[in-house]
Amino acid sequence: MNDIEVHSLTKRYKDTLAVDSLDLDVAHGELLALLGVNGAGKTTTIKMLSCLLTPTSGEAFLCKKSIIHDKNDVKQLTNISPQETAVARNLTVRENLELMARVYGADKSESRRKADDMTAQFSLGEVLDKKSKTLSGGMQRRLSIAMALISDPKVLFLDEPTLGLDVLARRELWKHVEQLKGNVTVILTTHYLEEAQALSDRIAVMTKGKLRAVGTAQELIDMTGEKNFEDAFVNIASGEGAYE
Amino acid sequence: MIRDKLNLAFGIGFPVILLVLLSTIQANIPVSMFEIQRLVPGIAVFGLSFVSLFAAVLISKDRQSSFLMRLYSSPLLPSDFLIGYTLPLLPMSLAQSLVCVLVGFAFGFELNAYTFLMLAVLLLCSVFYISLGLLFGSVLNDKQIGGVCGALLTNLTAWLSGVWFDVALVGGVFEKIANALPFIHMAQAAAAAAAGDTAGMFPHLWYVVAYTAVICIGSVIIFRSKMNAEAV
Repeated sequence: MNDIEVHSLTKRYKDTLAVDSLDLDVAHGELLALLGVNGAGKTTTIKMLSCLLTPTSGEAFLCKKSIIHDKNDVKQLTNISPQETAVARNLTVRENLELMARVYGADKSESRRKADDMTAQFSLGEVLDKKSKTLSGGMQRRLSIAMALISDPKVLFLDEPTLGLDVLARRELWKHVEQLKGNVTVILTTHYLEEAQALSDRIAVMTKGKLRAVGTAQELIDMTGEKNFEDAFVNIASGEGAYE
Repeated sequence: MIRDKLNLAFGIGFPVILLVLLSTIQANIPVSMFEIQRLVPGIAVFGLSFVSLFAAVLISKDRQSSFLMRLYSSPLLPSDFLIGYTLPLLPMSLAQSLVCVLVGFAFGFELNAYTFLMLAVLLLCSVFYISLGLLFGSVLNDKQIGGVCGALLTNLTAWLSGVWFDVALVGGVFEKIANALPFIHMAQAAAAAAAGDTAGMFPHLWYVVAYTAVICIGSVIIFRSKMNAEAV
């Protein structure tokens, strides 16, 4: 069963075609990495799928709900961890978690329970009562993802979740993302090839707003006839054609 | 904002310092302008201009930090956002006015049933200032807000409210501008309320109501349009 079905999704800004007739299916519990160079259309795609942007044309269904006609349902079913760390800096870790739970309709006791669950899942216990602005970059990203998961989303968007993190913090975050596989449908955008390769079930490569190829890392290597994934990505990203 | 202790201390502390200073001057060199029954409502109105600054900085920082984008992607409605930003500021505004009243009491401000009427007028004024803050916070970044709300608005309130000097003494265009804007009417409506002069509250209160309604509606429209545009 597909949790995400995208049909000819297009976003145009005046003279710029940010996303061009995107077609894509993502199965329930799958982790799909959206890979591409700057301006490829990754973030615009995520913003359309999370109802932050209205498409110019085309349609997408998340858990059978239209991103155009059922926005409130889609918003209730999904959550996003934006590219920049999106936490309330003057609130503590617990307050951030409980705030997000309340925003998605949980009552006081339920939000407290959910915050406790996320604290355990993301090992945030030691910093629970600290203001989020005092946390390290890696810890803030971890909190950001925990805030996105506290609403029990069916579909989660992670927009460059490890951007700017050192290698240790990145690996630590990977562990948490890997735990989601099979339970939550995840679309993850990233610039890091090794991240896409390590975490995802499939990888979709976008350039200039177009989807160029979709498949496992090995399938993309095979499609292009290259020796490794980096070469395969360069081949796909620099080419004009689409790989089926 | 309550967590922002510096802003909180400044917002409450600055009007109190002014109140103490002017009351001390008044005790030594009596000036009818600074009589405590007039000074307290005037300073309270002036103090509310800082609430605009706080509201604007708060919303602007949320916009810049992506936190607002996270909230935009949630099922919250635009009205939820505005209520969420406005409601916590109302008790703070009330607390600020109460502190002015209590400090004024120490300098001879008369407390009676009309004090509550004055507080009600000040609460209406605070809705104006909070809405103005939301409006500026929706369109400006925090550096621009420092100039517009921090300097311009507080100075406009100070000069055009008739709290520091009688605008009639300046006369001409200045007086006309002062009378066309809401600040002087806020101070005069609050002063009339404190004095129990309910008839004297009008037409000043109508100015305050009209400006508050316009700014409220304006902030909702601007916030909604920015909410849609900034998702880009």
